[in-house]
Amino acid sequence: MFKKLAGNTAFYVFIAVFVVISLLPFVWQGLTSIKTVAEISSIPAQWIPREPHLDFYVNVFTKHPFLRYMFNSLVVAAVTTVLSLLIGASAGYSLGRLRFRGRGPLLIVILGVSMFPPIANLSPLYLFLKNVGLLNTYAGLVIPYITFSLPMAVWLMANFFKQLPKEFEEAAAIDGCGRIETYFRIMLPLVTPGLFSTGLLVFINSWNEYIYALTFMTKKEMMTVPVGISMLPSNYELPWGDMSAATIVVTLPLIALVLIFQRRIISGLTTGGVKG
Amino acid sequence: MSAAATVSKGTKVAKQNPKRKGSPFERSERRAAWILLIPTLILVAAIAVYPAIRTVWLSLHEMVLTDPTSGYPFIGLKNYSTILHDERALKALIFTAKFTVVTVVLELALGLVAALAMNRAFIGRGVVRAAILVPWAIPTAISAMMWKFIYNDQYGLFNDVLSKLGIIDEYKAWLSTESGSFMALVIADVWKTAPFMALLILAGLQMIDTELYESAKVDGTSAWQRLVYITLPLIKSTVLVALLFRTLDAFRVFDLISVMTDGANGTESMSLYAYRSMMKFLDFGYGSALAVIVFIVVMGIGLGYAKLIGTTDEEK
Repeated sequence: MFKKLAGNTAFYVFIAVFVVISLLPFVWQGLTSIKTVAEISSIPAQWIPREPHLDFYVNVFTKHPFLRYMFNSLVVAAVTTVLSLLIGASAGYSLGRLRFRGRGPLLIVILGVSMFPPIANLSPLYLFLKNVGLLNTYAGLVIPYITFSLPMAVWLMANFFKQLPKEFEEAAAIDGCGRIETYFRIMLPLVTPGLFSTGLLVFINSWNEYIYALTFMTKKEMMTVPVGISMLPSNYELPWGDMSAATIVVTLPLIALVLIFQRRIISGLTTGGVKG
Repeated sequence: MSAAATVSKGTKVAKQNPKRKGSPFERSERRAAWILLIPTLILVAAIAVYPAIRTVWLSLHEMVLTDPTSGYPFIGLKNYSTILHDERALKALIFTAKFTVVTVVLELALGLVAALAMNRAFIGRGVVRAAILVPWAIPTAISAMMWKFIYNDQYGLFNDVLSKLGIIDEYKAWLSTESGSFMALVIADVWKTAPFMALLILAGLQMIDTELYESAKVDGTSAWQRLVYITLPLIKSTVLVALLFRTLDAFRVFDLISVMTDGANGTESMSLYAYRSMMKFLDFGYGSALAVIVFIVVMGIGLGYAKLIGTTDEEK
């Protein structure tokens, strides 16, 4: 009895430490964002703000164009997600369920392309976007994002389609429904949860992308959130207060997304990684 | 089912239909398959595969954008022979390899322990799973910024906590020494990705039939024996796939380093060096050659794991 209690306590302590470490950096940012400048630079650190204020949050939107950054990120990530799903879902169905010569090798190629290091495509993409005048445009970032998000969408969708029971297509074939028609009218509606999971993962990946955004969006008004934040420190000052407030503002929507759709995200992660 | 298993299945299908044509039913299936695939194949070939090939082609040229009068001549493998004598490239390669090995090993160890701990019903499990998804969801550039502040030599949380715990006597400037920067980067990376590892491994654990444990208990095995002889062998392929993803990600590390140390104090990764060669020095030929090396190593790692995963599947 005592041993079990001790074991249980140890277990909960371990879990608590794990959770605290996961959240502490973020909580620290939240606390910093409402401290006064004096409190931020006090030694030893002042953990709990005595005079909480929202000035840094005002700065995020008045001194820095964070609304614009968020809008840019939203446009690029949303367009990338919709395009990847529109194009990738049908390829995922084909590779996940239909039988044809070359299916296995093609799946490997798709998986391989999704693992390309972004740096490997950087120079030709930059030269191309520069030549056609697409630097600092939404299209000029969506195109590079498709390079990693489309293979990812295809791979995940192939795995989601594989999980559906076989009978649906047989029944559709008996009813005289054509292959393509079966896909659009029966299989695609059935795989909606998978589409949703895939969409979430592609969206978060695009929202978080850094190296292409840094390279292809050099004008301040076209920058995305991660690049905008990384540009806050200048040679002259480190505006910790503004940076903390900005961090909170741009990550809260993501955290809300994660908390609300936890199950869908985990299902997406594990479908690609485990049952893949 | 792993990618390798999919291949063997694919070839089996091909063997069953030695004739190219097959029944009308199979032919319509084949035709539909290609119709649905074509848009993806064209796009992937045009904007992912073609640029990668073009990077290789650029790496065989002298191409400094500030010097267009050179005419960007073809110089064969000269960029690669320069890399062999470039100490900075060698240092970057060694740093990247070290970073990859250390972070992946730590993430695996922590992820495995956390997954084993969470693989039971307990109060608040859903909350815990959501909480550990947070580091994964935050953009790396932003978490790098958060950690940079935490490591700050005067106002940082890291110094504060360590000195309150009595681990250090005086505040340290973690990001101004080579070993301090390395440790700081490793901690920030492990913080962000160990939860991802834990979730993947947890999913693998949950697929194990609990009856196996029950019958092993009846046979009088210890918890340790059950872990070593039942759990670990059964999650081996899950772990390998998770390791594959993590190793590839770690080797191409860019965001974290670019934001946190900007490559100072011996923390320049291969991707960062390649990026700087192109975007700062505008040397697209040399930068492309460095990028090709990252590409080759990443593909090598991928193939190595694929082989490992393949042999694991055959054992089953």
